[in-house]
Amino acid sequence: MLGYLIRRVLYGLLTIFAVSVLSFTIIQLPPGDYVTSYIASLEAQGDEVSAEEAAALRAYFGLGEPAYIQYGKWMWQIMQGNWGMSFQYRVPVTEIIGQRLLLTIVLALGSLIFIWVVAIPIGIYSAVRQYSVLDYIATMFGFTGLAIPDFLFALVLMYLAWDWFNFSIGGLFSPEYLSAPWSLGRVFDLLQHLIIPIVVLGTSGTASLIRITRANLLDELRKPYVVTARAKGMNEWQLIFKYPVRLAFNPIISITAYILPFLVSGSVIVSVVLNLPTVGPVLLRSLLSQDMFLAGAIILMIGVMTVIGTLLSDILLGIVDPRVRLR
Amino acid sequence: MTETRLRDAMPTAIGTPPDAVAPILQVQNLHTHFFTGEGIVHAVDGASFAVHPGKTLGIVGESGCGKSVAAKSILQIVDKPGRIVDGEILYTYTDKSGRYRHENILSLPSDSRQMKSIRGGEISMIFQEPMSSFSPIHSVGNQLTETIRLHTDMDQRTAREAAIEWLSRVGIPNPARRVEEYPYQMSGGQCQRAMIAMALSTNPRILIADEPTTALDVTTQAQILNLLQRLQAEQGMAMIFITHDLGVIAEVADEVAVMYLGRVVERAPVQEIFRNPQHPYTRALLTSIPSIEAQPRQRLPTISGSIPHPQNRPPGCPFHPRCPEYMAGTCEQKEPQLASVGTNHEVSCFLYPGC
Ligand SMILES: Nc1ncnc2c1ncn2[C@@H]1O[C@H](COP(=O)(O)OP(=O)(O)O)[C@@H](O)[C@H]1O
Ligand SMILES: [Mg+2]
Repeated sequence: MLGYLIRRVLYGLLTIFAVSVLSFTIIQLPPGDYVTSYIASLEAQGDEVSAEEAAALRAYFGLGEPAYIQYGKWMWQIMQGNWGMSFQYRVPVTEIIGQRLLLTIVLALGSLIFIWVVAIPIGIYSAVRQYSVLDYIATMFGFTGLAIPDFLFALVLMYLAWDWFNFSIGGLFSPEYLSAPWSLGRVFDLLQHLIIPIVVLGTSGTASLIRITRANLLDELRKPYVVTARAKGMNEWQLIFKYPVRLAFNPIISITAYILPFLVSGSVIVSVVLNLPTVGPVLLRSLLSQDMFLAGAIILMIGVMTVIGTLLSDILLGIVDPRVRLR
Repeated sequence: MTETRLRDAMPTAIGTPPDAVAPILQVQNLHTHFFTGEGIVHAVDGASFAVHPGKTLGIVGESGCGKSVAAKSILQIVDKPGRIVDGEILYTYTDKSGRYRHENILSLPSDSRQMKSIRGGEISMIFQEPMSSFSPIHSVGNQLTETIRLHTDMDQRTAREAAIEWLSRVGIPNPARRVEEYPYQMSGGQCQRAMIAMALSTNPRILIADEPTTALDVTTQAQILNLLQRLQAEQGMAMIFITHDLGVIAEVADEVAVMYLGRVVERAPVQEIFRNPQHPYTRALLTSIPSIEAQPRQRLPTISGSIPHPQNRPPGCPFHPRCPEYMAGTCEQKEPQLASVGTNHEVSCFLYPGC
């Protein structure tokens, strides 16, 4: 298990390196160096930048030196916690991301839990009772869930919540709690506002995980070891949970690692529509306005989160499957 | 009570040997069909056979003739969309309170407590693919211990010791360590030994072995057959040995049932089957095994035609389209029944009177 873990962590670090190179490339993409664009954006807002200031900035980021030195300097700064300035907001990037990243993570994990809790039991039932009425209903729900675009679903739910419950689901808090101090009521209000985004964000993931769970479990149910377990005199549901469900879990765990980044990028649109302060809308705006430090930082963060997610799912896989662990 | 006694005392209709030992298990007119989207597959279609205490019944027939489905029907573990639609499976045993019972176990609901205790406890089964018949992610010891605990009231510790004991009985070296291992760490032969240990660990009265040596190499095959025969003698259990290999049948069986398209077409003691086969299908099967006296490079005779799919079973005698003795106007018109042609010897063919 230890050797396996070390290998996985090394792969993870390698991936993070690749992601950081990618983020750096993105920062470098706009024509001219980014100090030029920084100065241009400052001047556009009426600020004067002196030649000395520009030179200091250039030296700071090693502009004019080879790309790998620039990359090294940038990484070095990042590891010190200096993520650069946002051209657009005129504040350090960390200040913008910090508050939003937490919500993004909460939203992604919330959706993930929602997906697991809803999809796995339905998927198991659908496989064990293949072609039953409920299986058909689950299948129909699955395809509908996949087909409806998130933004449309969000708009519809928003409208319904307003029309039926007189509940405004945009943003994170109702107006009366917006700047109130933390209290039980405020937490409750936050949770209420999170339900719709989680449902919207989780629906297509739920739909595909139902299909995946069902297909994998159907495969496993046909395997000889299931017949053996039956021939032993085991209780049917007991044996289903002990054997085929456990085996069908491997692909589910691997797939979860891929759902995570999908949730983060999916949250862009949902957040824009529902007016949620996640990193999604900021990423969108930063890309539109070539706010490259901000964009690079967000992409790097999403990449790192994905790698951590993959690492966690690999560890989980090692725990549930001896063949993965012992080889 | 009186009624049971009466019925128990009555001689059984078919297959009772002259020494009048009643069969421990008697399958009568079993029909198991698969209700698929494309139609009904008559996988088992009127099969009848009997197993006697301590003896081995060999079931032989080409692949697809319903041997496995018949075996699973006995335990009521037929895969979906299969269903046992007709027949009786009479099982004679003494229950936990020492009462002598003789009942049609098909009348027990599949998920009843009684059926679950018969399944794996009274009647165990081993399979063709030893490796994939174990869960790959649970240790062999885990799966063995679980079986033992299902059918005894041993605690985890004692059951584990019993599992180790059984692994050593089936000839797995270093059982205390191997019990921790996973199936992929064992060879096919060792897996089959472990499977045998698991099946026998509950002291069943009947072992159903469904092609247990087909997936193994010849040397391992012989070892497993020896092991099974030794353990059968030690445990005094009956065995249903399923194979498509007549050579194996000659080695292990006391009695033989020859199956074709879901039916038993001939039943007889093993010597009788080999010396005096009566059904054209049995004869054809026998001439298709290579003989030591055969000339080198001589072509083996094969049975003409191929087995029809049980979904479109030929009318009348199912073998008639391939039969060298086909009698037009009879064989495709009526279905022959098993009838006695000698001591303990039954055939279902219109060549013989009474069928
Ligand atoms: N799950 C199933 N669904 C449909 N048909 C089946 C199923 N299992 C077995 N059959 C059919 O039943 C027939 C007998 O199968 P089987 O008992 O496995 O043959 P064998 O004698 O080789 O063991 C075959 O023709 C097979 O197609
Ligand atoms: Mg078979």
